[in-house]
Amino acid sequence: MPSAVDLDTLLARHPRRPESLLQVLCDIQAVHNHIPADLAVQVAEALAIPLARVRGVIGFYSFLCSEPAGRFRLLFSDDITDRMAGSQALMSALCGRLWLEPGKVSEDGLVSVTTTSCIGMCDQGPALLANGWPITRLSPRRIDTIADLIRAEAPVADWPAEFFRVADHIRRRDRLLNSGPMVGAALAAGLARGPEGVIVQLERASLRGRGGAGFPTGRKWRACREAPGDARYVVGNADEGEPGTFKDRVLLTRHADLLFEGMTVCALAIGARQGFLYLRGEYRYLLEPLQAILAQRRAAGLLGAAIQGRAGFDFDIAIHLGAGAYICGEESALIESLEGKRGIPRNRPPFPVTHGYRQQPTVVDNVETFCAAALIALSGGDGYRAIGTEQSSGTKVLSVSGDCARPGIYEYPFGVTVRQVLTDCGATDSQAVQVGGPSGACIGADEFDRRLCFEDLASAGALVIFDGRRDLFEAAHNFTEFFARESCGFCTPCRVGTAMLQDIMAKIAAGHGTRHELDQIAQLARVLQQSAHCGLGHSACNPTLDMLKRFRPTFERRLKTLDFEPAFDLDGALARARAMTGRDDAGAHIRSEP
Amino acid sequence: MNSFTLDGTAIPFAPGQTVLQAALEAGRYIPHLCYHPEFKPHGSCKLCTVQANGRPAAACTLPAQAGLVIVSDSEEINGLRRTLVQMLFAEGNHFCPSCEKSGNCLLQALGYDLGVVTAGFRHFFPDRPVDASHPDIWLDFNRCILCELCVRASCEVDGKCVFALSGRGIDKHLVVNSLSGRLADSAIGLDDKAVSVCPVGAILKKRVGFAVPIGQRRFDIAPISAQALADAPRPAAIGDGA
Repeated sequence: MPSAVDLDTLLARHPRRPESLLQVLCDIQAVHNHIPADLAVQVAEALAIPLARVRGVIGFYSFLCSEPAGRFRLLFSDDITDRMAGSQALMSALCGRLWLEPGKVSEDGLVSVTTTSCIGMCDQGPALLANGWPITRLSPRRIDTIADLIRAEAPVADWPAEFFRVADHIRRRDRLLNSGPMVGAALAAGLARGPEGVIVQLERASLRGRGGAGFPTGRKWRACREAPGDARYVVGNADEGEPGTFKDRVLLTRHADLLFEGMTVCALAIGARQGFLYLRGEYRYLLEPLQAILAQRRAAGLLGAAIQGRAGFDFDIAIHLGAGAYICGEESALIESLEGKRGIPRNRPPFPVTHGYRQQPTVVDNVETFCAAALIALSGGDGYRAIGTEQSSGTKVLSVSGDCARPGIYEYPFGVTVRQVLTDCGATDSQAVQVGGPSGACIGADEFDRRLCFEDLASAGALVIFDGRRDLFEAAHNFTEFFARESCGFCTPCRVGTAMLQDIMAKIAAGHGTRHELDQIAQLARVLQQSAHCGLGHSACNPTLDMLKRFRPTFERRLKTLDFEPAFDLDGALARARAMTGRDDAGAHIRSEP
Repeated sequence: MNSFTLDGTAIPFAPGQTVLQAALEAGRYIPHLCYHPEFKPHGSCKLCTVQANGRPAAACTLPAQAGLVIVSDSEEINGLRRTLVQMLFAEGNHFCPSCEKSGNCLLQALGYDLGVVTAGFRHFFPDRPVDASHPDIWLDFNRCILCELCVRASCEVDGKCVFALSGRGIDKHLVVNSLSGRLADSAIGLDDKAVSVCPVGAILKKRVGFAVPIGQRRFDIAPISAQALADAPRPAAIGDGA
């Protein structure tokens, strides 16, 4: 049981200030599988934060809980690719084996099983997190073994190592994935070029952000460098939450040195002394390997004081963990989370380049962007600019999953067609591709010659492939559930609108939908696009609208032809009463008027 | 002085003002709910959404800029606002006829003023227990619209931080800063700004409910579009502030 000694040990790992709140809570959760009430009180006192605010943070992040969630907490990844690979049946099977209701903790407090948003294992799903550790390639056999292990109360650390193997699945390499070990070379080149020289090369390269928005990286770094402030910060965004995206996971596994090199080059360019890698909680298993690489870099004089012997060039990187909140991939929400708060996107302007972490100038870039920046610092911008298209220079790392023979990581020069990717990954009979996850675009077979670049299909590079067997309504339904689950709740349109959308899609799925529901979807889409606070809300209706536009019959097939149909079924509502009384005669039924 | 246009009229503004602040100061109403002249703009309710140079933006957080063309009073934008009000009604449990805030409630007043005449969407009917623990203050989560005015007022004005938010998405909710989580055990006081600032009937003083009869309350007398201007800091020359 919790004791004060435990807490002091946990608190000692982090600076004793409000910014550490989320990190301390993550540590407590890892030890106790929840945040005991008395520890929440002590944390509030230790960090001088109102208790209600501590509770507010616990309530915001889905991996933190104030009530025990079982000594074994299993979270099935609920991405559409997991579902296509049979995750729902496997979860039911596991719950059956454990005599457990999904979402509830077993009465003996041993285990709970529920779903979570995409955990980034789409190329090797179905997958789940067992006390935070990913298990891939779930099969009925694995589920049986897991049930036995839980019943035997075997610690997760003792489960078969094979369960936890995460494959990289690199299928096509280009400039970035072909780059060799990067231990100081790009940094030395950056030091030779100087801060201005580095930024000039980024501008010559026309590098644009790889998180999907495509903001020019050189312009961002220059704006940050020139913004007035007491301190500057570099933040690596490894909160790869867009369902279907997992390329940063592979970059963090295979090219972490390149990432840290890029972040250090950025520190040099903008004059930062502190950097953060914001690592999504789902990738917690990468924390120790990443810490080890940081330690090696410190030992090699690539981090710390007087980097590579340059007096005054002091910089270090701390890793902050997320705790299950897609919205923290949005840069200003990420900064709020870094500050230990609820991950609510800020009002902008001002933007993070002038008012970021602790209101100081901050560069937040995607993992892949920093990797590309390191390569540009090393080899210069002109060679990079020569690759790709007019407005999208360089290469893009794609996450490919769904219905294809070879899901995994593909790096192409920008401008590659969707058709080319489909051919290379062995996709046949494809009817649609979701590009860029639920907030991206769904395209049909007549659009497969469209190109992946900022001029055409701009995204963070996730392709989820649906072949002819798939019902795209199921995908749209899954995406609306995702947005409702991940809305931060700050603004009215997104908080209420995503819940309403989920409601409407459930009504259609249950066979009670009418044209009225389709009209309401269109109405909600307009409201969200026009008035939501951030990109999550703006795009929450996109997949449904795209699929309605391109695959309307899959929706209409489910509709009743009436103009209005109540969401409840009067006769169905009597089913329980009939079961209890043992009656099933005509008088125990209500016949709906035709 | 610099100016932008609001529905075709030039609105002067001072540096640092937002579109909503400048409009109110100039005697022009833009519907709003979570904005309060005494607090930093929040930008969460989105009722003040306008078209700014053709792009939608929240007027309360949009910095005023010379030459901006703002469209606020259009059928399209008012339609959007009606939907937002319907969303707020659908999300909570708002029964105006039995609510003692009726007539003084900003949400209700906005609904009337914008012409919200139907529910529009299926209501959620959430289960939200009332906190009646405090001897003098009634806390009814059913009516909370999550504008965070009490959160801001309690921290910034009262210096107590009695309220905070927890949960996320549709489960977002107000929490009270006390060990038990009950209002009675918090540091709140009857004269706190956090109590008086609530725009709806979520935080009410006990035992004064119907001191002013229905029919004689603030928005029974004149619609919110006429009265909101009185709350805005304005130069004496423009209006009498009554």
